[in-house]
Amino acid sequence: MLDLILTQMLNGMASASSLFLVASGLSIIFGVTRIVNFAHGSLYMLGAYLAVTLVGAFGPASPLGFWGGILLAAFLVGLIGIVIEVVILRRIYQAPELFQLLATFGVVLMVQDIALAVWGPEDRLGPRAPGFKSFVMILDSRFPSYELFLIAVGPLVLGLLWFLFRRTRWGTLVRAATQDREMVGALGVDQRLLFTSVFGFGAALAGLGGALQLPREAVTLHMDLSTIAEVFVVVVVGGLGSVGGAYLAAVLIGVLHAFGILIFPKITLVLVFLVMAVVLIVKPYGLMGRKPAATLPGAAGIEPLLTPATPGAKLAGLAALLLLAAAPLAVSDAWLLTLTELVIFALFAASLHVMMGPGGMASFGHAAYFGLGAYGAALAVKWLGAPMEPALLLAPFLAGIAGIVFGWFCVRLSGVYMAMLTLAFAQIAWATAFQWVELTGGDNGILGVWPSAWAVPKAVFFYLTLAICAASVLLLRRLVFSPLGYALRAGRDSPLRAEAIGIDVMRVQWAAFAIAAFAAGIAGALFAFSKGSVFPTYLAIPRSVDALLMVLLGGVQTVSGPVVGAFAYIGLSEQLVKLTPYWRFTLGLAIVLLVSLFPRGLVGGFLAWRDRRDAGDPAR
Amino acid sequence: MTIDRRRFLAAASAGAATLAAPALVRAQGGGVVRIGEVNSYTAQPAFLKPYRQGWELAQEQANAAGGRRFETIFRDDGGKPEDAVRHAGDLVNAEKVDLIAGGYLSNIGLALADFALQNKRLYAASEPLTDALVWSKGNRYTFRLRPSTYMQAAMLVEEAAKLPARKWAVIAPNYEYGQSAVKWFKELLKKAKPDVEFVAEQFPALGRIDAGATVQALEAAKPDAIFNVTFAGDLSNFVRQGNTRGLFEGRAVVSMLTGEPEYLDPLGAEAPVGWIVTGYPHADIRTPEHTAFADAYRAKYNDYPRLGSVVGYSTMQSIAAAVARAQSTETEKLVEAFSGLKFTSVFGPAEYRAIDHQSTVGAYVGRTALKDGKGVMVDWRYADGAKYLPPDDVVKTLRPAG
Repeated sequence: MLDLILTQMLNGMASASSLFLVASGLSIIFGVTRIVNFAHGSLYMLGAYLAVTLVGAFGPASPLGFWGGILLAAFLVGLIGIVIEVVILRRIYQAPELFQLLATFGVVLMVQDIALAVWGPEDRLGPRAPGFKSFVMILDSRFPSYELFLIAVGPLVLGLLWFLFRRTRWGTLVRAATQDREMVGALGVDQRLLFTSVFGFGAALAGLGGALQLPREAVTLHMDLSTIAEVFVVVVVGGLGSVGGAYLAAVLIGVLHAFGILIFPKITLVLVFLVMAVVLIVKPYGLMGRKPAATLPGAAGIEPLLTPATPGAKLAGLAALLLLAAAPLAVSDAWLLTLTELVIFALFAASLHVMMGPGGMASFGHAAYFGLGAYGAALAVKWLGAPMEPALLLAPFLAGIAGIVFGWFCVRLSGVYMAMLTLAFAQIAWATAFQWVELTGGDNGILGVWPSAWAVPKAVFFYLTLAICAASVLLLRRLVFSPLGYALRAGRDSPLRAEAIGIDVMRVQWAAFAIAAFAAGIAGALFAFSKGSVFPTYLAIPRSVDALLMVLLGGVQTVSGPVVGAFAYIGLSEQLVKLTPYWRFTLGLAIVLLVSLFPRGLVGGFLAWRDRRDAGDPAR
Repeated sequence: MTIDRRRFLAAASAGAATLAAPALVRAQGGGVVRIGEVNSYTAQPAFLKPYRQGWELAQEQANAAGGRRFETIFRDDGGKPEDAVRHAGDLVNAEKVDLIAGGYLSNIGLALADFALQNKRLYAASEPLTDALVWSKGNRYTFRLRPSTYMQAAMLVEEAAKLPARKWAVIAPNYEYGQSAVKWFKELLKKAKPDVEFVAEQFPALGRIDAGATVQALEAAKPDAIFNVTFAGDLSNFVRQGNTRGLFEGRAVVSMLTGEPEYLDPLGAEAPVGWIVTGYPHADIRTPEHTAFADAYRAKYNDYPRLGSVVGYSTMQSIAAAVARAQSTETEKLVEAFSGLKFTSVFGPAEYRAIDHQSTVGAYVGRTALKDGKGVMVDWRYADGAKYLPPDDVVKTLRPAG
């Protein structure tokens, strides 16, 4: 027994080191640039693939060839990071918070296709490390010596980072920039160079993390996405920007994992997110994070004032609605299916926007409510034998109730911490749908959720969807300009002043959270009936990412942005999939280009252009 | 790269040609049979790239043989069932395909099967392994080619029951396929050998195995033998940690799918030795059907076939056979033609059983070995799928749809 406890402890520590290497890079990048770098997992994957190639070329048997290959791979990934920063990210630092996430997601998509084209579809199992090929005996168990090496690497890198940040000028500047970027700039430090070097350094750490996995794990095309969520969790649990915290969090998660599978093997599905939920509820800024000095508005400065639609905009909205209503007369059934889906996603995006825009609460787990709406409908059909109409009515309440419960915890947090807590809850909901096979059918889902006979014709279902979604979107819009909406915006722009004039900011946010969840549930229920089946993928991370992308692409600080964003993003991706096998690369490139051209989102860009024109731009 | 670009251009020009053709001709299907194929091409490229190549080879041969021409429109669902359903809707409504086919993940297979039932369109499922596809959720319009989870588990139980091992440990990915494989293996092995007991279970999340800790947990239970269901990257990590830590020494291992080149080849010199597996010993099969297939495949793609190639090729073959039998592309006629259809697969003669729409294509069962620093299958035999299905009266209780 003692034997097992000791080896599992060591196993956990080895996994912790691997996690930490990648997480430390992410933490440093976020600390300085405030970029939520979705592409960090892709850099990790590139590190592993480059290492396979380089080590193979240099000769895996010789220590110089092996370790030289590993280090060179890390260095190259650092260069790739610098290229990404200079070519893409540098242009959009002035954009609203989280907007850079869109760009890094575009990079993720592009790297996936590049890796497939360069290294082919088959997994690669890298060579073992010279000098660490075998095992040592620990009590009665054989323990791989490479794992012992990894256990040592974690603290070693931690020590090096400590030295770098405490004892070098560059490190001091990085720490200063983490505290107050503007001030560092004001003191004459070249911020651009600092940001680029930080991003490159963080990327190199990710690359090193990937390369060091070579003797331990197969290199696959799924490495990027399977890592990224876990690494984010480590960074957030540790406390944003705290490298020591990241190590602590990695050890906590690694060790809990190793022991978790002894007691309850299936828990690996969701354990990291359970840990994160508990930590964030107890310590809202992570294990070693500190409360930010002051909650500053986004990099763009004060958010633009939202004004009710101008007559022109109202007319445009009405025209768009009429156009949609006329669609069944003009287009084929296939297009109706696409339009139905687009309209549903527009509502889904609009519901997230209520939280993100006026509420200032980013959510990385909005799919939970979409999915719960869908499951609400499917469960009503399957277990209560309900027809479509009552199921549609009932379903959003499941999402809304979840919103009330999860929201209560979430509104106590702010910023990325809050977003990550929403993600944790979404993953818990996902794992429940996945694992509770008796109720939900597990990953095989619930089938046969088709509409009532009268709504089966595609045009009828389209009108039903359009009516419900248009009404819901208009109500959400109305909400933004209601007293609740004003209170919400006051709470976002200045929580202290809002409290001072008697607004209970948390309660207002809680209400908005629940309403957004309810609206997402409506979208989910309609989606279930349009597809005829429900699966755990409806509440998985990619769906949440879709929601974020739609809102960001349209423009967070506009009211009609999310609807435009939904049509643009989903429409684009659906068409690209049909056109080319390399749709991921093309879509990623399109996203990056759109982001560079419209750093305020599509609608935001349009509004800014109109304002400039109306102001009579003196430059012209 | 070049193949893909060429293929893309070919597909694009074929698409343009179709658009140009008068709609009336298309609607009547004046000779061309249109197949809508939905699969997780970007999510599972290791299996599906060879699959698509196999499919296109079979289509080329069918078209060269004369008779009705076949045309396939491939769509990528990215591993999401909801997207697969969207593509199916689009293929049926916009592209006017005569039948749909494909599916890799079980849940996507089930979603497409339900779509087929709702829209009264034939669905030829190629790869999804779940038993539900033909049994509990089986329907009139769905037929499946691959040997199911049950069949592959039954093939392995036959061998496992011969082992002296009493204490078993199991490891499987935590999703329906892994859970079903374990369920059937336990049930069938207990029936064959009542004194076995299962002492440990590990269910790592798919694609995210914590191999070191998992191996240690299995080792701690000191089993006599291990039943493995992990595959792809999880399998590689499991094997490497297991080798280093001595998990497999002195223990029999029985393993699903491990003999398939897709999963055995990446292991290289670390491929396990002596595991009892289902798979595909592509280099050693000498039947005329297989030799013809493998030669043609090698000539066209300059690569050896994987199991994916066999599945893609055989699915397309069976569709061609069904269309020839039906003399029509009308769905109801196609359903009747598929039901009880006898066709020649790469692995020899097979039949889509009328009773549950499962094909009797089997799998190869053998042991793994190392040859020239690569994993291979030895002592293998072909396990005909027909022999590894429950008796008809049991099947009837398993399949409410009849």
